[in-house]
Amino acid sequence: MRRLLSGNEAVARGALEAGVKLAVGYPGTPSTEILETLAEDYRSIYSQWSPNEKVAFEVGIGASLGGGRALVTMKHVGLNVAADPFMTFAYTGVNAGFVVISADDPEMHSSQNEQDNRFFAKFAQVPFLEPSDSQEAKDMTVKAFEISEKFDTPVVLRLTTRISHSKGIVEEGQPVQLPESGFKRDMQKYVMIPANAKRRHVVVLERLQKMSKYSEATELNRVENNGSEIGIITGGIAYEYAKDNLPNADYFKIGFGFPLPLEKIRRFVASHKIALVIEELEPYYEEIINAAGIKVEGKKYFSRLGELSPYKVALGLKEAGIIKEARGAEIAPEQLFPRPPILCPGCPHRGAYMALRKLGVAVTGDIGCYTLGVLPPLEYLDSCICMGASIGNAIGIDKVRGHPKGTVAVIGDSTFLHSGITGLLDAVYNKSNVTIIILDNRVTAMTGGQQHPATGFTLMGEPTRSVNFVELAKALGVESVHEVDPYDYKGMLDTIEAEIGRPGPSVIITNRPCVLMPKRIMDRPFMVVAEDCNGCSACFRIGCPAIAPSKEMTKHNRPKAVIDPVLCTGCTLCAQVCKPEAIIPVPETAAAK
Amino acid sequence: MENNKTTNILIVGVGGQGVLLASEILSETAMKAGYDVKKSEVHGMSQRGGVVTSHIKFGKKVHSPIVPYGQTDILISFEIAEALRAVDWLKKDGRLVTSKTRIVPPIATGGKFHYPDDPAADLKRKVHHLVVMDADEIARELGDVRLVNTILLGGISHSLEFAPSLWEDVIRNRVKAKFVDINLKAFARGRELAKEA
Repeated sequence: MRRLLSGNEAVARGALEAGVKLAVGYPGTPSTEILETLAEDYRSIYSQWSPNEKVAFEVGIGASLGGGRALVTMKHVGLNVAADPFMTFAYTGVNAGFVVISADDPEMHSSQNEQDNRFFAKFAQVPFLEPSDSQEAKDMTVKAFEISEKFDTPVVLRLTTRISHSKGIVEEGQPVQLPESGFKRDMQKYVMIPANAKRRHVVVLERLQKMSKYSEATELNRVENNGSEIGIITGGIAYEYAKDNLPNADYFKIGFGFPLPLEKIRRFVASHKIALVIEELEPYYEEIINAAGIKVEGKKYFSRLGELSPYKVALGLKEAGIIKEARGAEIAPEQLFPRPPILCPGCPHRGAYMALRKLGVAVTGDIGCYTLGVLPPLEYLDSCICMGASIGNAIGIDKVRGHPKGTVAVIGDSTFLHSGITGLLDAVYNKSNVTIIILDNRVTAMTGGQQHPATGFTLMGEPTRSVNFVELAKALGVESVHEVDPYDYKGMLDTIEAEIGRPGPSVIITNRPCVLMPKRIMDRPFMVVAEDCNGCSACFRIGCPAIAPSKEMTKHNRPKAVIDPVLCTGCTLCAQVCKPEAIIPVPETAAAK
Repeated sequence: MENNKTTNILIVGVGGQGVLLASEILSETAMKAGYDVKKSEVHGMSQRGGVVTSHIKFGKKVHSPIVPYGQTDILISFEIAEALRAVDWLKKDGRLVTSKTRIVPPIATGGKFHYPDDPAADLKRKVHHLVVMDADEIARELGDVRLVNTILLGGISHSLEFAPSLWEDVIRNRVKAKFVDINLKAFARGRELAKEA
């Protein structure tokens, strides 16, 4: 059947066709939909969210050792978290096939960096495959499992946002029939004590030799001959951008990116007058090819920053003297207001930021919707580094007495479970004076509402135990643990103020769920009584998308406020900061209309 | 429409408006009509009230999933200031169908940034083939504010060669059974309205 699938949906389909037994990961844009598709559409495969990428990777290793093909999914920075098992699993190799998805995010649409994980595969000495569209994403998923078992190695399938989230037509295939297999004891292979690991390192290098030969021969690395004197070496989405610009050039399309087929590339370059490498982000291919004594150019013309685009490729080709004119221009937008992402109307995180801003403390942040607290008009966040970093950062600031008013860490529920627990343990162990606010909205919200160990449900929808944050914090040794309602502005203020003044670590847990997921929460909306509004703009400063300036002005020519009853969830925070008490619930009769 | 030409469509709006469903329906309709199709958009941060842009390309063979700047055949906008933001993506004789919807973000309430007073007039100066629809009003009349995306699809359906029945088949497949009738009605209203305009 032919279907219109995103790259992520295509990988899920590929997993089915490859006979995958277990799929595991942690949500992270742009990788999240792979496991969601599996749990929704291909329920014959057991799939699960793990608390973080390291655990997910280790569960995947276990499945492989146990004889079941395993797919592990994560975003690029997730592989940093899973780097420890990744680097050593490269030594042991697999029993059943093992493929890890690294979904990179060039342009940082939803990430804190744009690291190029092709280097990670090379670092670990394992092969990576890179598709250019959805069809290839599906086909290469199947192929990656074959390669994994053929060469006894984990395989990286590297996606980028543009591949994961673009859709294309995919011709579906039939699932393979795999022979039954199970766990095989092999201590020398899988128990990485130094004596065994030394032997396995030799195997890793021998494997590299074999894979180099494969790389020269495989159709994953193909030459497209159109009789041109221009030869383009490219892979991933850059291939499509190059084809848009130069449909008649010759192409060396790389699908198997480590180790590279250097002899085949040498012949390709030698037979072309001009040889250019077009790749997104780092000069990964270019450096390896040049290091082999093959003269190519690339990053001289094409940016290392952000995503490429058909236009950016055209500009580079123009600079290289290959085309005369680059059609179109990069976005030269109308002089318009920006529209940054923002906390939703009724978002429970808003109350925490309002209180923190009022108290004037240092706030270390983390990865999630609440990172949006850095943007205007809230603008109250001092750091965001990686998952779980808020707590360690706060401890460090506190230890050097970096802020006179104290330091508060804000971290979401899913992020806390991912890698905040060890940070909290550090705060207790080392007698830190930090206050940690767990913004518990009971869902992994930023990535679209995934389950986690405190939601009470698994990825496949089964009810399960859920972590109790209060008990957990107490068990780690935190003496002062409070639950607060983030819609109670004064309560938030008082609790945080008391805790930052108290010696020792404290944990404050907010107790309102996300207003969007898993279900939309709408209470009675509020309204502005225009004659009572004095235009003070206090409600504008809480950054609620439901509140806008009205056309009506005060006598001092300041706009009054108006609330959109369709967007307002009735959280009451704006009413709590309105001094003239002009914000009231919409009367029942009007609300009924 | 020539067979070897790629048609470029851009759908823009604000997170939560249903841009993605509209682009799904449009892409599937193009696929059912026998074309190669690619579409692209970025999820993630855009869900939180940010700008959402969906690129759709169809033709005999499509390479890049991104529509080139200044070469868009049809621009569909769910929010009128966003139409203004995206208008330069249109090619010279390109078509624009936009909803009248205004969504003023908090950032434009501070005085530093200004939401345009009359975006429709600005658009008129720039675009010859322009349809401005009161999609919110029609959606309210039909009884569900979420119908805006289907109304807009109806609004651009004249500019594409696909038979109305093909569109309707895809809509039937893509929306929940109990919403099929109302969506078909919304599509027809959008189509009618754009014809008059």
